[in-house]
Amino acid sequence: MPFNDILAILPLIALVAWTLLLILVDLFIPKERKWLTAFLAALGLLLCMGLTIAQIGGPAVAFNGMVVFDGFAVFLSVLFLGSGLVAIALAHDYLRRMDIDRSEYYFLLLFSISGMLLMAIAADLILVFMALELLSIPLYVMAGFARPRLDSEEAALKYFLLGAFSGGFVVYGVALVFGATGTTSLASVVAAVDGGTANLAVLLIGAALILVGFGFKVAVVPFHMWTPDVYQGSPSSVTAFMSVGAKAAGFAALLRVFVTAFPALAQDIAPVLWALSVLTMILGNVVAIAQANIKRMLAYSSIAQAGYILMALVTYGNGDVSDDAIASALFFLLAYTFTSFGAWAVVIALEKEEGKGLELKDYAGLARKYPALAAAMTVFMLSFIGVPPTLGFVGKFYLFRTVIEGGYIGLALIGVLTSLVSAFYYLRVVVIMYMWDGDPEVRKETWLNITTLAAAVATVLLTIFSTPLIRWASQAIMRTF
Amino acid sequence: MNFLFQPLTLVTFFPLLGVLVLLFLKPEQKNAARWTALITSLITFGISLAVLAQFDQNNPNLQLVIDLPWIQVAGFNISYYLGVDGMSILLVLLTTFLTPISIISTWTAVEDRVRDFMLFFLLLEVGMVGVFLAQDLFLFYIFWEFTLVPMYFLIGVWGGPRRMYAAVKFFLYTMAGSILMLLAILWLGIYGGSFSVPDLIAKGGIPADIQTWLFLAFAAAFAIKVPMWPLHSWLPDAHVEAPTAGSVILAGVLLKMGTYGFLRFNLPLFPQASYQFAPWIAVLAVIGILYGAMVSYAQKDVKKLVAYSSVSHLGFVMLGLFALNAQGVQGGILQMVNHGLSTGALFLIVGMIYERRHTRDMDAFGGLWKVMPVYAVLTLIVALSSMGLPGLNGFVGEFTILLGAWEAGAVGNALNTYWFAALAAVGVILAAVYILLMFQKMFLGPVDKEENRILKDLHWREIVTLVPLLVFIFWIGLYPKPFFDLMAPAVDKMLAAIQVAALAIQ
Repeated sequence: MPFNDILAILPLIALVAWTLLLILVDLFIPKERKWLTAFLAALGLLLCMGLTIAQIGGPAVAFNGMVVFDGFAVFLSVLFLGSGLVAIALAHDYLRRMDIDRSEYYFLLLFSISGMLLMAIAADLILVFMALELLSIPLYVMAGFARPRLDSEEAALKYFLLGAFSGGFVVYGVALVFGATGTTSLASVVAAVDGGTANLAVLLIGAALILVGFGFKVAVVPFHMWTPDVYQGSPSSVTAFMSVGAKAAGFAALLRVFVTAFPALAQDIAPVLWALSVLTMILGNVVAIAQANIKRMLAYSSIAQAGYILMALVTYGNGDVSDDAIASALFFLLAYTFTSFGAWAVVIALEKEEGKGLELKDYAGLARKYPALAAAMTVFMLSFIGVPPTLGFVGKFYLFRTVIEGGYIGLALIGVLTSLVSAFYYLRVVVIMYMWDGDPEVRKETWLNITTLAAAVATVLLTIFSTPLIRWASQAIMRTF
Repeated sequence: MNFLFQPLTLVTFFPLLGVLVLLFLKPEQKNAARWTALITSLITFGISLAVLAQFDQNNPNLQLVIDLPWIQVAGFNISYYLGVDGMSILLVLLTTFLTPISIISTWTAVEDRVRDFMLFFLLLEVGMVGVFLAQDLFLFYIFWEFTLVPMYFLIGVWGGPRRMYAAVKFFLYTMAGSILMLLAILWLGIYGGSFSVPDLIAKGGIPADIQTWLFLAFAAAFAIKVPMWPLHSWLPDAHVEAPTAGSVILAGVLLKMGTYGFLRFNLPLFPQASYQFAPWIAVLAVIGILYGAMVSYAQKDVKKLVAYSSVSHLGFVMLGLFALNAQGVQGGILQMVNHGLSTGALFLIVGMIYERRHTRDMDAFGGLWKVMPVYAVLTLIVALSSMGLPGLNGFVGEFTILLGAWEAGAVGNALNTYWFAALAAVGVILAAVYILLMFQKMFLGPVDKEENRILKDLHWREIVTLVPLLVFIFWIGLYPKPFFDLMAPAVDKMLAAIQVAALAIQ
């Protein structure tokens, strides 16, 4: 193993080593000083982020093409590490309040992020599968973190069963791809297809199975059934992380695998993606209207958002826009990250023990008592709808442009119409906060406040200064073979 | 800093300074909040006068232009592009003029969460002025869509009993149109490689069948905003539930964003489609004129009456714009201003009586002339202006529009038949009927209700809100030339260009 190979995965190695050390160190941290564990975990993430950024321009391909460290990988790695930092900021006080303050949360979180980092750089289907498992298994445990609360245990079991099931789909898909092309390396798959040695029918089935497997992970209709229950049952800080990190990782895999390995299948896959995207946008947004629980509402909202991101993937086979397809999906993910974390931070601020404080009506009167919090939540809701001046708007603008440029005007039309439907339930939160009378109790805590404020300010201000972000996303192109 | 100290940047974003100050006030500091908002909006009005002073009325082009690159990556070519010309200057002035008046009108009417009210009001002003100045479609869309948010709060938090319903309906209706426009904007951006409106107009050459679709997509957004019959059903709800100041701005400025949109985007960008659709738009406009007038006649609630009269008046504006000749378009622009002044004043007047009696049912009044003479006289003037009495502003606008529509009715011209002008003229008569009936019910006859005997006449602060409006009502009515002079070169230039473009495509 040459030195260059090690260098390429240095951030990953560093994070895993740091986590293992942290498990040991934690044994010697007294119980009343457990904040130290959270702090060290955050430090590890920051360190890893530093290493990732330092590595830009370093060796691009390692381990004989199993690992690729390109702009795409950097973008997503930074996104995952940032998500991890927010997940720690959200959890720190929340776990103590809910009486589930165990250090394992931080270890599991870091392991899950390691899996995501691996996903970002994986260029071999076996590695993609490994990354999927590495990021998922800690999440299954984290979903059940609030045991012995029944709904948390239920969430863990449900997530695990369906997750394992979808993992099976992926692995079977990988096997079929291997059968069709004789390789699992993304580069060699393309070579086999171009060389005419691949069995295209089997390859297509393999690709479809991989799509199904990751469809579960990113919660695309009809593979979304687990989402509302799991989002509702898991501790909110875990849900927040799941809704951003796990979704982004799933899309990272979909984009990487389909754009680099299956460009030849675009003709056949695009209609399927089209249908999945439309179904997801419609069902996610329509069912969200009927929810009375904010966690369930946000769960359906996250399903709908997955439908929008999938729109970008529909166009991946069109050579004119395939770069924009990746960039707009990444930019939308970034906008979604800010918005979603902000919204979950508000949910956490209002949540009480025993799952109280999570009904929409518990938000009544928020604007009168806590105007800043209500204003922040309004910003997040508007960003979810895509009303300017918010990042969500810029994200949708870029996404819809790509879709139209790719020739799918009908899809864009469905996209904007479902956005209109979504306005109805997002606005209801605003109506309740501003126009109903109530007396909500809110947890005031420094890190929670910082997260909410930073997310709200970023969501608005980064709209005006979005040029660097869009540039960054559009430079995050994949290395093609 | 070449971005900040430009007159157009200042006039657009100056209210944000007031917003910033408001954020540091405590919710209890109600008067401080009112004064902050008032002073901010007055300074903004001052800046807009400075813009007017620098405006060269003989120049038909965009003036005081700021065009800076904004988002120029990934194939986007988006600029921070503001400019003003004869078609927009009056509307900018109308906005900055009506805002302080509306703020004064809330002095005693709004007591709950005053700071937040003022905050949303100033944000709304930013959005409205931005809509009239933006020359880049992306920037325009941001301002356009953003105006929804503060207005939604103004209706939903400070409105009447059915405010939540009205606010959500307002938001969803308007957004439904805007998102279709968004798709058209994206298409244009891809087609033209730029979102700059002047660039897109200069490039031109959009194939006729695509023009049709783009025209319809833009028209969806603007027709809902105007609102044109049959897309008007959000308007009575929003108006009736909105607080007085909200209604003034809604009728005075927000509806003009729709007609202005037709003028600024539909006509020059899609000239051929504009010619093709002119008779259809005129049909809807005339239906709106007659329908709005008849429904107004049937109302018992004064505020609803005024709201429906807007549908009728805006029908005139649309008819004028789509006459596609100088008289029609100029009359249309002037009528936008007139409607802002007269209907704004009418909503203020309704608000004043509502504050005293907490009802707007016309049958609850009668003989108010004897109890509140000052109020009655001012109401009479405004009512006459709204129904188009010669010597007052409404007449000038409506008459010019009718002339334009008549001229356009010649065979081969845009409208191709005289019926539109003739039927619209009937609308003028109907307007006289419902307005005078309203006046008669409320102000004439004996004072037959006990509660009405003790009503106080207008406070000086209330007179202050009405007098500036009356000044312009008389000014435009007696000597409209300066107003026409401001817009004429820009209108002529646009009409000449779209005629050439439309012919070239045919």
